[in-house]
Amino acid sequence: MQIYLPIAEVSVNAFLLLGLGGMVGVLSGMFGVGGGFLMTPLLFFIGIPPAVAVATEANQIVASSFSGVLAHFRRKTVDLKMGTVLLVGGLTGAALGVVVFNYLKSLGQVDLLVKLCYVVFLGVVGGLMFIESLQALRKARRSGGSPAPRRKQRGWVHALPLKMRFRTSGLYISVIPPVIVGIFVGILSAIMGVGGGFIMVPAMIYILGMPTKVVVGTSLFQIIFVTAFTTMLHATTNFTVDIVLAVLLLVGGVIGAQFGTVIGARMKAEQLRILLAGLVLLVCGKLALDLLLQPNELYNLGTAGGH
Amino acid sequence: MRWLLSILLMLLPAFAQGEEVVLGLSKDNVAITTSFNGSEILIFGAVKRESPIDAENPLEVVITVAGPSEPVVVRRKANRFGIWVNTDAVEVDLAPSFYAVATTGPFNEVLSNTEDFRHKISIDRAIRSVGAPANISDAEAFTAALIRINRSKDLYQMLEGQIALDEQTLFRTRIDLPADLTEGNYATRIFLTRDGQIVSQYETAIEVHKVGMERFLYTLSRENPVVYGLMSLVIAIAAGWGASAGFQLLRNS
Repeated sequence: MQIYLPIAEVSVNAFLLLGLGGMVGVLSGMFGVGGGFLMTPLLFFIGIPPAVAVATEANQIVASSFSGVLAHFRRKTVDLKMGTVLLVGGLTGAALGVVVFNYLKSLGQVDLLVKLCYVVFLGVVGGLMFIESLQALRKARRSGGSPAPRRKQRGWVHALPLKMRFRTSGLYISVIPPVIVGIFVGILSAIMGVGGGFIMVPAMIYILGMPTKVVVGTSLFQIIFVTAFTTMLHATTNFTVDIVLAVLLLVGGVIGAQFGTVIGARMKAEQLRILLAGLVLLVCGKLALDLLLQPNELYNLGTAGGH
Repeated sequence: MRWLLSILLMLLPAFAQGEEVVLGLSKDNVAITTSFNGSEILIFGAVKRESPIDAENPLEVVITVAGPSEPVVVRRKANRFGIWVNTDAVEVDLAPSFYAVATTGPFNEVLSNTEDFRHKISIDRAIRSVGAPANISDAEAFTAALIRINRSKDLYQMLEGQIALDEQTLFRTRIDLPADLTEGNYATRIFLTRDGQIVSQYETAIEVHKVGMERFLYTLSRENPVVYGLMSLVIAIAAGWGASAGFQLLRNS
């Protein structure tokens, strides 16, 4: 069934969109990532204009994260206090990110920079996670299937002032690292048009030392507000939020996310991490190939003064 | 200047052989609905004339349909430090978002170069490109790329020999409009030619516009972006919460 999207001004198959939404929704529920880093390139691929894809994706992430976070609230795996601290940083970062984005746009190389950002961050994060979880899996297997011992992090994170107690996470750390993580992720999400979960989740585990159990719910909580903010910015400045596209993606996505949350709860943290790492590396590889191989069509069209 | 020209054009048939176009369209407006998936337009008509048919120089027909024009930036990728990046860019001043040319025979035989130049009929001529930046020597390659890309998407169509002409009087053709159309008035021109010279011309417009929900959402997003953005968020969150609650009910029952 073909459907005409009013803002994107293209006609696409409605079931294809529902399917894409559902598939990415499962991943979103499993890993606590918004799925934007996967959905945005997929939307480019089916012919949605990039500007519309990025803006609509922000709107869709709000919805898929909302249903995901409700599931996590019921299981009490959301650290609200930590989420709020991260959010303060996230909103600041998103505003900064938009300024950076517009500056790059004026230089005329924004597409390249977005892609390079993807390749670098997905490559580094995916690679690190992959190596780490592979080692954890091996260790678990060697000690006869017993879970790997939790690493206690006693580094620079614990030496900073302004300490705060985060009961749900069982942490007593300074608010400075979470705020910095929030700002950093906010900047990236505004530039790359993603929720930023794929950076946030590892940052929470490895830098803040939060337990994996609460990481997913807390990052979803923060992502909702940052992407809602991004959606409003896009809707009011670029007029590129396509609600019909968003609704189709999120109907699939919301249902998928429910299944994903159930699957995620049943899997071991190491398995979850190694799967996410593999996925991140796959997308990274595809984008890197696009940059490295000679494209079939050297020329591309854009509207004057825009994307 | 423009009205003067149009008056001259209107008078033109009178000075020619007295041949005039009587036109019919299968539809003069295309409504973009939610289920819009392209459209087909039949353009047909007859040649009205007072004098007998000139048998020596056969009559030919050229029909063009042009969507709204806008500036387009064409960028070219080049290999820099091992990766393919956009380097050179040329702004094409005006390029139609859709353009189709249909003729009764081979384009060059139907229309002379001078007439093509004057009325901007062929795809190349319909695109206006004033000048390229000084550092780009092959600006033609950029306009060629624009045409190539749009032709591959059926946004530009060259339909040589696609007009059927019976008894030098009745003509008809079919234009397929692709699904990704821009809104606006699609100027439709019909030229009658003899020996490459235009003897008569007729102009009308096909209106392409969104209707219903498409219209409402598009207008709202442009005129009330804040309301539209908030509405998008509310719909998204409501759908997210609704589906979540529904799923929960299903599992508990």
